[in-house]
Amino acid sequence: MDMKRRDFLKIAGISTIAGLGAPAALEMLLKGDAPASSFASSAAPAEGAHGAAPVTGKQYGMVINHRVFTANQGLAQQCIKACHVTHNVPDFQNPKDEIKWIWETGFENAFTSLPTSYPSEVIESKFLVLCNHCANPSCVRACPTKATFKTSDGVVAMDYHRCIGCRFCMAACPFGSRSFNWRDPRGKDDKGRYFIDRLTLNKDFPTRMRGVVEKCNLCVERLAKGLVPKCVEVCGDTKAIVFGDLNDPHSEIREVLRTNFTIQRKPELGTKPSIFYIV
Amino acid sequence: MYDGGKIITGLIIFIGLMTFPVWHNGGNAGVLPKQEKPVGKTACVKPTVEMRTSHMLLLNQWRDEALREENRKPFTVDGQDYEKSLMVGCMNCHTDKKKFCDECHLYTAVKPYCWDCHFPPKENL
Repeated sequence: MDMKRRDFLKIAGISTIAGLGAPAALEMLLKGDAPASSFASSAAPAEGAHGAAPVTGKQYGMVINHRVFTANQGLAQQCIKACHVTHNVPDFQNPKDEIKWIWETGFENAFTSLPTSYPSEVIESKFLVLCNHCANPSCVRACPTKATFKTSDGVVAMDYHRCIGCRFCMAACPFGSRSFNWRDPRGKDDKGRYFIDRLTLNKDFPTRMRGVVEKCNLCVERLAKGLVPKCVEVCGDTKAIVFGDLNDPHSEIREVLRTNFTIQRKPELGTKPSIFYIV
Repeated sequence: MYDGGKIITGLIIFIGLMTFPVWHNGGNAGVLPKQEKPVGKTACVKPTVEMRTSHMLLLNQWRDEALREENRKPFTVDGQDYEKSLMVGCMNCHTDKKKFCDECHLYTAVKPYCWDCHFPPKENL
């Protein structure tokens, strides 16, 4: 081939510049069709797996009326019992290993950023707390396997098949709503007592295995059948817990939120908790 | 070759020992697991051959549909609804885990961990 070295270098240089610049130029020209590529974007609320899927826009939430729970002592424990029986939550009888989906905690533990100048009956009472099913959940972002994810209904759900037990989600959750199975939930203790009571075992719902993280699932298995979450069902007509779609302006829960002053747990962290409290 | 006789004899004995399971069974595949169909049922969700070879893929697909795609609608075949579930689907007809699951899994030496979390029917844990 008859080409001078100088010409060859010129052509090679121009080709390199064109090659590097073309994708950027094309992207500018074809703006708008670019697929959402960032990993974080998949954690956004109610977003489809590929970004382009239509969103239903639902965000289930609850209003917990603490006044009703104060007036009905024992109701909170009934909720906890019913939930833990329904979902085969093991009782390891050791606070270090404890598994909890819904539980009671003190005011200063639940609302860490609020002043303690509320009336003493509020400050000294126990609050029913559970997973906040945040609209912007930090646990979902932290999970390296997408074992935990946001459903289109706004539930922070878990796929236990995929959990590798790294506990990043537990570190990420500011509400302590996640528990790790340090022991085999199907096992028994030294005295031969099963961690999950044999008498109340719910055979329609699986247990978990050792080495996975578990949490409240807002009763997705019941929601799929058109039922309300178990704790809401237990409260029944007392309206101690109002459940509904926070994004539907005509829902009962929105009416309650419109007519009552409510507080959330640690709203300043920006996770947008979906559980509200009337104190 | 030094000590050729010893080496070759040793090699023959070694190969003989290593291949013992092959020639001892003589191409016989051992006692095959006996297939037992659920009583009173004529059809499964898919043809038997397909179920036998790739039931695990179907289970994974059902799991992903039910959990991730939030599609818990029943799986309908010939007007018959089947729950997309191992525990409350498959095991409704195949009520005997020992015969339906364990026998073949034992034969093929696979250890699925389904039952670490899911309940086999009538289990007395």
